[in-house]
Amino acid sequence: MAASQQAAQEAAILRDEGEGPTSTVPPPPGSEGGAVPKGTGDSSLGDRAFRGLTQLFAALVLASVIGMLFVLVTGAWPALRTFGFKFLGSKEWNPVTNQFGALAPLYGTVVTSVIALLVGVPVSFGIALVITELAPRWLKRPIGVAIELLAAIPSIIYGMWGLFVFAPVFSAHLQPWLTEHLGPLPLIGRLFEGPPMGIGMLTAGLILAIMIIPFMAAVMRDVFETVPAALRESAYALGATTWEVVWKVVLPYTRVGVIGGVMLGLGRALGETMAVTFVIGNAHDINLSLFMPGNTISSTLANEFTEAVTPLYTSSLLALALVLFVLTLVVLIIARLMLMRLRAREGERT
Amino acid sequence: MAFPTLNLYTRRKAANLAGLTFSILATLFGLFWLTWLLWTLFHNGLQWIGPRLFRESTPPPGANGGLANAIVGSLILTVAGVAMGTPAGVLAGTYLAEYGRGSRLAAIVRFVNDILLSAPSIIIGVFVYALIVLRAGHFSGWAGAVALALIILPVVVRTTENMMRLVPDALREAAAALGAPSWKTTVKVVYRSALPGIMTGVLLGTARISGETAPLLFTALNNQFWSTDMTRPFPNLPAVIFQFAMSPYEDWQHLAWAGALLITVTILLINIVARLILRRTRT
Repeated sequence: MAASQQAAQEAAILRDEGEGPTSTVPPPPGSEGGAVPKGTGDSSLGDRAFRGLTQLFAALVLASVIGMLFVLVTGAWPALRTFGFKFLGSKEWNPVTNQFGALAPLYGTVVTSVIALLVGVPVSFGIALVITELAPRWLKRPIGVAIELLAAIPSIIYGMWGLFVFAPVFSAHLQPWLTEHLGPLPLIGRLFEGPPMGIGMLTAGLILAIMIIPFMAAVMRDVFETVPAALRESAYALGATTWEVVWKVVLPYTRVGVIGGVMLGLGRALGETMAVTFVIGNAHDINLSLFMPGNTISSTLANEFTEAVTPLYTSSLLALALVLFVLTLVVLIIARLMLMRLRAREGERT
Repeated sequence: MAFPTLNLYTRRKAANLAGLTFSILATLFGLFWLTWLLWTLFHNGLQWIGPRLFRESTPPPGANGGLANAIVGSLILTVAGVAMGTPAGVLAGTYLAEYGRGSRLAAIVRFVNDILLSAPSIIIGVFVYALIVLRAGHFSGWAGAVALALIILPVVVRTTENMMRLVPDALREAAAALGAPSWKTTVKVVYRSALPGIMTGVLLGTARISGETAPLLFTALNNQFWSTDMTRPFPNLPAVIFQFAMSPYEDWQHLAWAGALLITVTILLINIVARLILRRTRT
């Protein structure tokens, strides 16, 4: 398994927690407070000290997340108290009159992430299919590594490349084409109207798609590999084509894991900052057209956080950060629940 | 079925062909971006890389200069972040792997660690800003290092736990049977066999934080001059790239491309080395 550790790190969220490698032997010495090998007084003291030390740092992890939540909530409180629920429902963002609402950046965050998923999910699926089913053995590894390297490239590089290289090409060739062919369509047409500026929501969504493909592809490949060979081979033996095996056997078997991987990609897309900040245009506005500039929560934070002068302004930005944090938290929890269901189902089967 | 058999067979073949073609195109699509990105970086960056880049500090617009202060600053920040995050992560991971099986605290920490792992890095920047920068009254290198440490911490915790769990219990029992106290078993036996895996995790975490920009914007900020004073705003490569790329000055943009190439090549190299370590221990 050539899992990119980084992608695998995150993919691992989706895998086991709780139980260790299944072992028939009792828990290892030390799991009962370092009491098992009762050696000299010294060593049991050493055991207690070591255990305490590790426990301290485990608690530190807990404390840092609680601290984070605390800082965000207390920081956001003045804004939330001033604006109440209107904060989420208003698109007004005016530092001069001290009116702040989260709707525009929230809209931008959700729309760019949805675009990223619409483009990224089918592509990731295709890549996982090629790696697990199609590629000859010698090619599997290089393809996997190359896709994983996409995940290693820092976000700011995507941003620069998106602004200076991709956006000009996009506005010169792709955007006019989209306007011409999709513009006349009812309903969807509205999304592709407007001047081809190169930057905007669609560009941001596409770049996000490229950035999350490696993560989703890594998870899908890993879960596809969990399908028992016998299941696959039975389908082939019945005369199924490769596509049918993947679509009707592998995918249903791994559906929940795949959705978990998609949620993971979504979580990343929601919080991605630098790449989006470069290409989205940073306009506090809601436009139906995907060609128009917009804003996301993270790009608003990156642009305005150090410039916020009034306490209410800073507090509103912290409230935005809190909204983003809660959003990614919800996505993470859904991903985890999906996996728990997968595991429960596996439990039923055995 | 409304279709005659032959027709059904053809349709299935066609669907198969279409699906597989799509998948191959998707893979080429993914590889295409990687190639295009790397080509852009080399095309725009390589010509500006020279001795001056490493010798001179960032210039004012219109003057000649290099990225020396930013490169050194980034190195220091990354090393400080790794130095803070790694021991903490290894110890917390040890707790989860060795003492935490079935304990409630461990289950909570595991979940919370996932939250930290998936938290957007800009939120970590905001947190450290409120925690350190606001209290100190100014941006500082230390704040930047703490933000980076918080990003690498959950990566190390998870890798450590996973790698230590892969160590067979028989080894622990053997050590216990020889009379080793459990802490010694952990340090001398379990760590030793989990080391390559943990190192891979640390390396990949290092690669990740060395390119992080968002959390540094509100913590280390940036510094145009040579500085090794961690209590002050601190020069770093990502922030310089951000500032220079967005600027209207051509010299600055050239430096931004050179910096982008430098940082990407470094990160890709670390990634490849990490993979090699993992691979060598597996074969």
